[in-house]
Amino acid sequence: MVPLSWYIILSAVVFSIGVVGFFTRRNLIMIFMSIELMLNSVNISLVAYSHYLQSMRGQVLVFFVIAVAAAEAAIGLAIIIAYYRNNPTIKVDEINLLKG
Amino acid sequence: MDMSSGFSLLSIRPIVPELTMICTALILLLLDLIVKKKEVVAVVGIAGTLVALYGTLRLYGFSEPLTVFSDMFVLDGYSNFFRLIFYLNVILTICISLRYMVIEKASFGEYYALLIFATTGMMIMASASDLIVLYLGLELMALSTYILAGMMRKQPRSNEAALKYFFLGAFSSAFFLYGISLTYGLTGTTNLKDIAASLQTLNITGNPMVLLGLIFMIVAFGFKIALAPFHMWAPDVYEGAPTSVTAFMSVGPKAAGFAVLGRVLFSAFGAMQIQWDSILIPLAVITMATGSIIALAQTNIKRMLAYSSIAHAGYMLLGIIAGTPGGLASTANYLMIYAIMNIGAFAVVIMLRREGFQGENLDDYMGLAKSHPVASALMLVFMFALTGIPPTAGFIGKFYVFMEVIDAGYTYLAVIAVVFSVISAFFYLRVVMYMYMRDPREEVALATSPSMNFALAVTAVMILVIGVFPSVLLDLVKFSIPGLL
Repeated sequence: MVPLSWYIILSAVVFSIGVVGFFTRRNLIMIFMSIELMLNSVNISLVAYSHYLQSMRGQVLVFFVIAVAAAEAAIGLAIIIAYYRNNPTIKVDEINLLKG
Repeated sequence: MDMSSGFSLLSIRPIVPELTMICTALILLLLDLIVKKKEVVAVVGIAGTLVALYGTLRLYGFSEPLTVFSDMFVLDGYSNFFRLIFYLNVILTICISLRYMVIEKASFGEYYALLIFATTGMMIMASASDLIVLYLGLELMALSTYILAGMMRKQPRSNEAALKYFFLGAFSSAFFLYGISLTYGLTGTTNLKDIAASLQTLNITGNPMVLLGLIFMIVAFGFKIALAPFHMWAPDVYEGAPTSVTAFMSVGPKAAGFAVLGRVLFSAFGAMQIQWDSILIPLAVITMATGSIIALAQTNIKRMLAYSSIAHAGYMLLGIIAGTPGGLASTANYLMIYAIMNIGAFAVVIMLRREGFQGENLDDYMGLAKSHPVASALMLVFMFALTGIPPTAGFIGKFYVFMEVIDAGYTYLAVIAVVFSVISAFFYLRVVMYMYMRDPREEVALATSPSMNFALAVTAVMILVIGVFPSVLLDLVKFSIPGLL
């Protein structure tokens, strides 16, 4: 039986990888994947807590998170494509029209 | 959780306004396919919002909060008052965007449907008494506003605004979820009232993991209400997005963010007030400082108003820091006044935009008073209100918040806030000075329309009426938010 703490540590590690990736990656798609990593780390911990507490709330929330993440992916990629049509780049350093 | 209670039509009464809004948005999406004139879509949108407003007014004033869906959704005076802010926000935004979106060549029917979807998300947030519902409301609002920010899809600036808003918004949602998962793991529930009970019975208010969960949630809400240091997205997004959308999202998501911040902190983490006060006080000071000082250097009026909205978030936070029912009411009161004056200011900014002329630079306001005295006088009222000069409503909002924070024993915070208000007078009154004391550089024509005139008249009159007779609004706030949540 895998103890709860292992799942929580795994979730924290995956979440941290996502946060670091969000700040260090310079490619929009990679940043997007970092966010997905963060969301899925939350899912791991929610399911682990849910099993540990023998309560269904966590798993219900996981389903909502998965559904919302899918909607978020659709909108995010649509925004990236709309951007790409006007400025053919997905490098963050070149996205600098707005600043001041 | 009471699962045995049967489902009856009467029990969904508290969500009738939300259902009305969702139905309106869906009707708008269908209507958009049939009707060529987008004005019709907009008018139907306003009509639907008015029906929802009628539903809210019918539900206003119940002494006991109405709960539904196993205590996941609660309708009380607090959520009702915030709904009034959201209705006002969406109706005024539709009024000021009718002609503007045609000028920007982005007049789509979906625009109005998305405004209403976003408003529904805000209403759900204000009423959520469970973190799951709170998350869903937050995402409904956020996903709709990401698209709205990128509505002018042929313009690179709008694309970039949507991109930045999306990435930072999604990042903050992930933080919020991690905060939920920590809180859920330690308290065993996601219901706000049950979290408060668990914190007491398990005696874990001092647990560092609980505190970490709370910090994660505050960070996520801080992104939504643009608190420094989580404000980096706001100036870029406010500048790049269509101006009408900027007006909408400088008010709506901020009000919704404050609604949930207040409810989560008071309702679930009320026992940890010492901890969250020590997090919020530095945030409030940094926010007021960043907003007021960086705004001084701006030459683009949308960017200046973005920093101004950051500074205002700092003032509003003082009411929550006070931690009393009066403090909560003063924040809600401030948000209502802020909604009116901010939309008014953006309405004037929108009027300057016409084909081939951006009208976003401060220089464009030079000598406006000579050619357009009425528009300049209105802008003067909005700028005075944003500064907080009596007899405008802005003064009432600030005064009430400062009194509450002094009553709670944080006199130094009120002093700091007054100092930054004085600093902010410089950049607000600079607009007035440009309009009245400089010579016009070029002839500026205004893009007026009947709906725009209506919005300007409503906001200006409300600012002056609330400024002269503050009890109109203060009585409503005190009636809506009589005690702690």
